[in-house]
Amino acid sequence: MEIGYYPGCALHGSSNDYERSVRACLNALGVNLRELDDWICCGATAAHSLNQKLAVALPARSLGIAERDGYDDLLAPCPMCSMELLKAKMLISGDAALRKEMSEVVELPVEGRTSVLNLIQVFQRIGYDKVKEAAKVSLSGYKPACYYGCLLTRPPEVLRFDDCEQPSSMETLLASLGAAPVEWNYKTECCGAGMTMCNEDTVLNLSHKILSNAARHGANCVVVACPMCHVNLDMKQADVERRYGVQHGMMIYYLSDLVGLALGLDEEALGINRHYVSKR
Amino acid sequence: MARIGVFVCWCGENIARNVDCGKVSEAASRFPGVVCSVDYKYMCSDPGQAMIRERIIKDRLTGVVVASCSPHMHLKTFRKAAEQEGLNPYLVEMANIREHCSWVHHDKEKATAKAIELVRMAVAKVMYNHPLDPIRVPVTKRALVIGGGVAGIQAALDIADAGYEVVMVEREPSIGGKMAGLSETFPTLDCSQCILTPRMVEVGQHPKIRLHTYSEVQSVEGYVGNFKVNILKRARYVDMKKCTGCGACWNACPSKKTLSEFDFGMGTRTAIYVPFPQAVPARPVIDANACLMLTKGKCGLCEKKCAAKAIMFDDKDQVVTEEVGAIVVATGYRLYGIGKQQDSAKLAGYGEYGYDKYKDVIDSLQFERIVSASGPTNGEIKRPSDGKTPKTVVFIQCVGSRDNAKGMAYCSKICCMYTAKHTMLYKHKVHDGEAHVFYMDIRAGGKNYDEFVRRAIEQDGAKYHRGRVSKITEEDGKLIVRGVDTLANEPVTIEADLVVLASAMRPADGVEELAQKLNVGYDEYGFLSESHPKLRPVETNAAGVFVCGACQAPKDIPEAVAQASAAASKVLGMFSKPELTREPEIAIVNEQTCAACFACVRTCPYNAIERAEIRDRKGNLVKRTARVNPGLCMGCGTCVAICPSKSIELEGFTEQQIYAQIGSLV
Repeated sequence: MEIGYYPGCALHGSSNDYERSVRACLNALGVNLRELDDWICCGATAAHSLNQKLAVALPARSLGIAERDGYDDLLAPCPMCSMELLKAKMLISGDAALRKEMSEVVELPVEGRTSVLNLIQVFQRIGYDKVKEAAKVSLSGYKPACYYGCLLTRPPEVLRFDDCEQPSSMETLLASLGAAPVEWNYKTECCGAGMTMCNEDTVLNLSHKILSNAARHGANCVVVACPMCHVNLDMKQADVERRYGVQHGMMIYYLSDLVGLALGLDEEALGINRHYVSKR
Repeated sequence: MARIGVFVCWCGENIARNVDCGKVSEAASRFPGVVCSVDYKYMCSDPGQAMIRERIIKDRLTGVVVASCSPHMHLKTFRKAAEQEGLNPYLVEMANIREHCSWVHHDKEKATAKAIELVRMAVAKVMYNHPLDPIRVPVTKRALVIGGGVAGIQAALDIADAGYEVVMVEREPSIGGKMAGLSETFPTLDCSQCILTPRMVEVGQHPKIRLHTYSEVQSVEGYVGNFKVNILKRARYVDMKKCTGCGACWNACPSKKTLSEFDFGMGTRTAIYVPFPQAVPARPVIDANACLMLTKGKCGLCEKKCAAKAIMFDDKDQVVTEEVGAIVVATGYRLYGIGKQQDSAKLAGYGEYGYDKYKDVIDSLQFERIVSASGPTNGEIKRPSDGKTPKTVVFIQCVGSRDNAKGMAYCSKICCMYTAKHTMLYKHKVHDGEAHVFYMDIRAGGKNYDEFVRRAIEQDGAKYHRGRVSKITEEDGKLIVRGVDTLANEPVTIEADLVVLASAMRPADGVEELAQKLNVGYDEYGFLSESHPKLRPVETNAAGVFVCGACQAPKDIPEAVAQASAAASKVLGMFSKPELTREPEIAIVNEQTCAACFACVRTCPYNAIERAEIRDRKGNLVKRTARVNPGLCMGCGTCVAICPSKSIELEGFTEQQIYAQIGSLV
């Protein structure tokens, strides 16, 4: 199985551990990722806060490339990217005038045909039962708090994925691999995201709440499917601990890390050794 | 030879401002068939009407055209005036030169030209009008009231007290509806049951009221004045005539775990039960799904204990037929459930409030049962999860109301008031407790209503936060309610012991099916449609069917009762005459040319057309034909348009008349 791959800025930069994990894990499942040729930035928060047209045009360019190169499915492991791509797809496919305009702007015919997937959806596309069959190691002993953050399920009218307030798709997958996901209360709360650059206090406060709640409900690790969440919970964890005078010591895994471990991959292959928090 | 009179009205300045009425009248005088044409400042006034009447006599008019306002406004006025002089009222037509002309155009010259054309068309039409006689329909002076809540009770008693028989159908084992389960009522805090139960007893004992509880309307046939209603009486397994209501059976019943419908799941009941002690009739029913005898074939304790030998395990559903002349629908409401399973794809439930997964997140009707002296906790406020007295209670308003995204667009109207009441009742019982309310706006229009809300805030100390709640989670037995106070502009987190959701009011289950049986319209939410939102608030478009209470729109008790009395007065108005007269402007089938395709039967929105057979005197079938029931036809004309053989005409709007109108323009 081959699917298109849109890394976005994070997976080629600060979160290249995530890329390594996703590639290794999917590779073990027989999925070949083909990176989109000459993809450009999705626009992220900056574009949709400043210029609505630009916010559509940026992802539209990448969608146009995907269509030109014949990708039916496009994995965007970063939820921000997948949301922006999906939003542009939704707007373009539902509005003939915009379709025409965008095709001119991005100098490529774009219809919004490609289906954009997040990481969880790729596992769903493969089939949870197939993943389970391929697993070699039980995840018993892992009590993950599955953390969806703000963008994996929202806005619901764009994402149309899982339940936006009470999601459960990661839990279902991990439980089938032997892990014991915990019920907790901060599944869909915000980690502070980009505030980490300009208002660190907010991020430390929110991350502290998320980590504390996970621990309180018996989690021994947190699972994310978002590079930004990983930054705020993993890289910033030492700062959180200093700021609040606590020891969280909470391992933060990408979803592909745990699935990869179940598939028998080692930590180095998955890039887990490059996380800031390590097992004590 | 036609002799038409044209009367052009100025409507004060309403028409005259933009239409030169003198010119219109002058032009009309030259139309063929017109023998007199006048204009006057107020044609609907006494002198105006006198002018028409005088002309009818003097000019021996055979048709009248009044060019003035909408026929909705004054057609009846002018027809009555003509009738007084012996002219058949259906020989009067109107040309609407106000709503259709002077009010919407500003160029006086063009508007005048248009008014002349409108009059020309009316004159062309009236030439082909022929006298019609009102349809007379006999009336069965007996009313059906569907629903035995406070609205139904009020309507039934009003009609019965006036001396007419009433048949009341109630789906539950007892009448009383939602109000019987309420604790105290705003804005006076008088006890709901104390006001209602005497009225329930009145219904139960009234010699003119026949009560069918645990029953539903199965089908409705006939038409205004002459309905035949089949009522499904569900098996009660208790002989109502023998039973004394002593209670030996339900005290003995070992199946005690069924959640009580009357307590909205806050308490339990036995398999043989009366929903509440003051039930009318005070006779139990057996819940066939919970009864050990009926499910497993063993037990029968109630039968052994019953001294009156009233238990009948072999009871069956039965259908009774009642004939009535008028129907009052008072089927009430239910609350929006926040759970994931919804009956409509448009509704999404409330994941942020946990979709029903937290035991201590309850709805307002459940809270009513908890504070009610007759409730499962005997009026002591205890939360469902562990029976502890909640020290902090959060009330959330507008759950599912005013929410286009996943609820109802409308305001449920009563939640602001009952939430204020809830905070008061709570504070009166738990003095050291805290009551928090999240609201969007406080809508407290009504006599003593705003004063009541202020009292909750100022005297009883309810804490009001203007804003929505974004999430409820559970942490160590506490409900963590996170929301925003938009006036203070800050997030609010409250650790609550109990959360009460003021969920949107929705029409009762099954009301749409009922509406279809009755040919009554309903809106996208299922609320029944009244004929006119202002002037015909309790009538429906189905003649002889009236609505009252929350089945028409969210409303509180005083409003429901007022509307019920209004519906009753309409029924009594119908019953006050020996027979009904209906407008004769209905469809008639030319049975000679009817091809019996019955497209009209399928298309008629009122089920007014039936399949008939024409037989010769020996009884041999000559042909089949469609036939309009004059009691049911509303004169909409849909059948006329659909008839492929052009065999249906609408009286007063015949093809000849319509073509004459069009012909006059070209």
